[in-house]
Amino acid sequence: MADTHSTVAEHSEPDHTAHSPHLRHHFDDMAQQFDSATLGMWVFLLTEIMFFGGMFGAYTVYRAMYPEAFASSSQYMNPLYGAMNTAVLIVSSLTMALAVRAARLGEQKVLQLFLILTMIFGLAFLVIKGFEYHEHWVDNKVPLFGGHWDYSEAPQFARQAQILFCFYFFMTGFHALHMVVGLGLMTTIFMMARRGTFSPSYFTPVEVSGLYWHFVDIVWIFLFPLLYLIGRTKKLI
Amino acid sequence: MSTVLQDPLAVETPNYLNQEYGWKSWLFTKDHKRIAVLYIISITAMFFIGGIFASLIRVELLTPQGDLVNSDTYNKFFTMHGIVMVFFFLIPSIPATLGNFFVPMMIGAKDLAFPRINLLSWYIYIAGAAFALAAIVLGGVDTGWTFYTPFSSTYSNTFVITAAVGVFIAGFSSILTGLNFIVTVHKMRAPGMTWGRLPLFVWANYATSLIQVLGTPVVAITLALVGLERAFHIGIFDPAIGGDPILFQHMFWFYSHPAVYIMILPGMGVISELVTCFSRKGIFGYPFVAGSSLGIAIIGFLVWGHHMFVTGMSMYASLYFSLLSFLVAVPSAIKVFNWTATMFRGSISFDTPMLYAFGFIGLFTIGGLTGLFLATLGVDVHVTDTYFVVAHFHYVMVGGMVLAYLGGMHYWWPKISGRLYPEGWAKFACLLVFAGFNLTFFPQFILGYLGQPRRYHAYAPEFQVLNVMSTAGASILGLGYVIPLIYFLWSMKYGPKAGDNPWRATGLEWQTTSPPPTYNFETTPIVTEEAYSYHTQKETHVG
Amino acid sequence: MHSIPSVRTYVIIWATLTVMTFVTYYVAQIELGAWNIVVALLIAFFKMMLVILFFMNVKADSPLTKLFAGAGFFWLILLLGQFFIDYLTRTWMPEGTMW
Repeated sequence: MADTHSTVAEHSEPDHTAHSPHLRHHFDDMAQQFDSATLGMWVFLLTEIMFFGGMFGAYTVYRAMYPEAFASSSQYMNPLYGAMNTAVLIVSSLTMALAVRAARLGEQKVLQLFLILTMIFGLAFLVIKGFEYHEHWVDNKVPLFGGHWDYSEAPQFARQAQILFCFYFFMTGFHALHMVVGLGLMTTIFMMARRGTFSPSYFTPVEVSGLYWHFVDIVWIFLFPLLYLIGRTKKLI
Repeated sequence: MSTVLQDPLAVETPNYLNQEYGWKSWLFTKDHKRIAVLYIISITAMFFIGGIFASLIRVELLTPQGDLVNSDTYNKFFTMHGIVMVFFFLIPSIPATLGNFFVPMMIGAKDLAFPRINLLSWYIYIAGAAFALAAIVLGGVDTGWTFYTPFSSTYSNTFVITAAVGVFIAGFSSILTGLNFIVTVHKMRAPGMTWGRLPLFVWANYATSLIQVLGTPVVAITLALVGLERAFHIGIFDPAIGGDPILFQHMFWFYSHPAVYIMILPGMGVISELVTCFSRKGIFGYPFVAGSSLGIAIIGFLVWGHHMFVTGMSMYASLYFSLLSFLVAVPSAIKVFNWTATMFRGSISFDTPMLYAFGFIGLFTIGGLTGLFLATLGVDVHVTDTYFVVAHFHYVMVGGMVLAYLGGMHYWWPKISGRLYPEGWAKFACLLVFAGFNLTFFPQFILGYLGQPRRYHAYAPEFQVLNVMSTAGASILGLGYVIPLIYFLWSMKYGPKAGDNPWRATGLEWQTTSPPPTYNFETTPIVTEEAYSYHTQKETHVG
Repeated sequence: MHSIPSVRTYVIIWATLTVMTFVTYYVAQIELGAWNIVVALLIAFFKMMLVILFFMNVKADSPLTKLFAGAGFFWLILLLGQFFIDYLTRTWMPEGTMW
């Protein structure tokens, strides 16, 4: 075993000239730091997959139990809003990927532009979602609040359809919460970009924020068909 | 055991404890060793709070009638005991304390991969604990630590949301610790520290971290859904609209069964360290012990239905889960056999850590075997929800995990504090813990088999003798816990200074000073030997 | 660090994803019985793979990253699969119902 027991010297002032000012001292070099950060973000995304996955699992069980009630509820979803939101998020993923690319190449202005665009599309998603929620409220399809549930067109499904709508609001709600966090991340990254923090040798925060953003997009890619599109062909109401 | 000659001219070397003083240097630290100490203090506090509820339970059960408190209050006792002990003591215990302190050192790293996230995980733990304590102070929760619906989601009149929020938050602490360990072990091993040379304590914590990362989010969303259901008075578990209580149990136990492996795996890692050091011998079957940690972690996700055999779950699912529950015992048994083979023809010394290791091996075996009884469908129908189950899990969690924690604390105390604890008192306390533990919980196997149900504040009069024995044992056990608390604190000021390596153990953590310097290693070590290379150590006879 | 994909690659992926979104929207209007859900999920899976491999750059990443990315979805399968070992087999007994 290597003998590292020497007389303990005072820890001398670290020499910053040899490495990037962004290198944290418990790492040996920037490559190790970057690799650790991206692996760390992937492990975090793993936890997010299981977090949303729990809800997807429960949803799938109830869909199998009450297929007609769940299918009937998709008549009350607006697939156009859903498709628009899907398209908006996909574009935001494009602008995010281009932002990461710009950071890697050291293109500061391009980076800032694409970050802004990503945020605009993210905000657009939330606005469209807000319209949707409002429509559900007006239509009395919000079982979460007493007096705002009316399923009289298909009373035979009224009970179990409430489960579906609970899933709709909880799943899209948690997703929207993650979008808000994503917008916060983007804002922080944008501020850092404006200060000229990023360069081809240090763009880790942009990279890991991009991974997070893409993941939130993927969750929606699955939410869209499950909540909006299943059972649209059947006239159940 | 080696005594260290005190050099009267010795000056306190700069180390992580004395390099900076003041509350800011502790509360804003990024040093994994200081964060480990913060955790030690916090989980010890939560342990004694959980212990108070245990004492209240045992006092009530001295008499067959429910005469100390009414049933609602008793429900709160066992619920708070379970929530505090499971989520705020057992889950974080070894990883956040000994793991935090020693995993980086064992792999030759200066710190964990994400020191600030490490500190954040402690703050998150404290926030979660604050919610749990708030639930207690406000009046408690009575759902059982398992939060079964629809009682927890609809009918309970207690502070379920407060407690669920506390557990949710604590779950994030657990996730961040696991995330940190995974990245650290993958990316920050010193040169020459291959996966095949990692100390088994690191393997155990790595496997534990995988479980933390994959399982905890599911209980998080499950409890969040229960909380939302209480808040909105409607939700997906509501039977009135077609909700399924069994689904809650599936979702809850998907995490909570692997959670018990979060609790025991780090303890097993400690035992591997203790058995090798105090037998002066390398581990028997290193690849199998390392692999069994991963095996337990993975198979542990395939067995949760054994908590649900009598709920109305499909009989075919019960067969599946029963079979896999038998299978999950195999890697645990591999460890027990390999520890025993390690000790065979070893040079065994009976220092306190080794006594705890012996205790662990015996008591964990009993607990594990009784788990197989519970995995057997026919037997489980008879003993489920009785004290048999209570005895089973206390044998593995207390007889196993807590003993491993105490063994590890005694083993690494010289390194953490730079001081030696008093060996005489330590052996005495260990004896109290072992005797008290068995007196508390062995009668409960009998009580359960005879039919005393769990979670009841009253019982049939013929069970009183065994219950009194159990309570008597609990008092002895409690004393056995208090004594180490006292002498550990005492040793920090009055204990003799430990040398760098009082146990003459292998491992990178013993190559630094006791206590270690803030940066662990002046230069990154280069590893050239396998783990536990006791056979190449020079034999020195201790005077 | 690995190579940087070109703008052209990113735009092609984006276009594919957008087209697939239209496809999934229109296929949902056609009656395919039980296949509706299969097609919808297959398209979603395909879109997810494009985002992961190209936007998240996993295609060029180390085997370790690929392992962790895959592990998440595998664990999701474990969760769903084992839920259904219960729910689907309840009806195998004569008096059993899924609910």
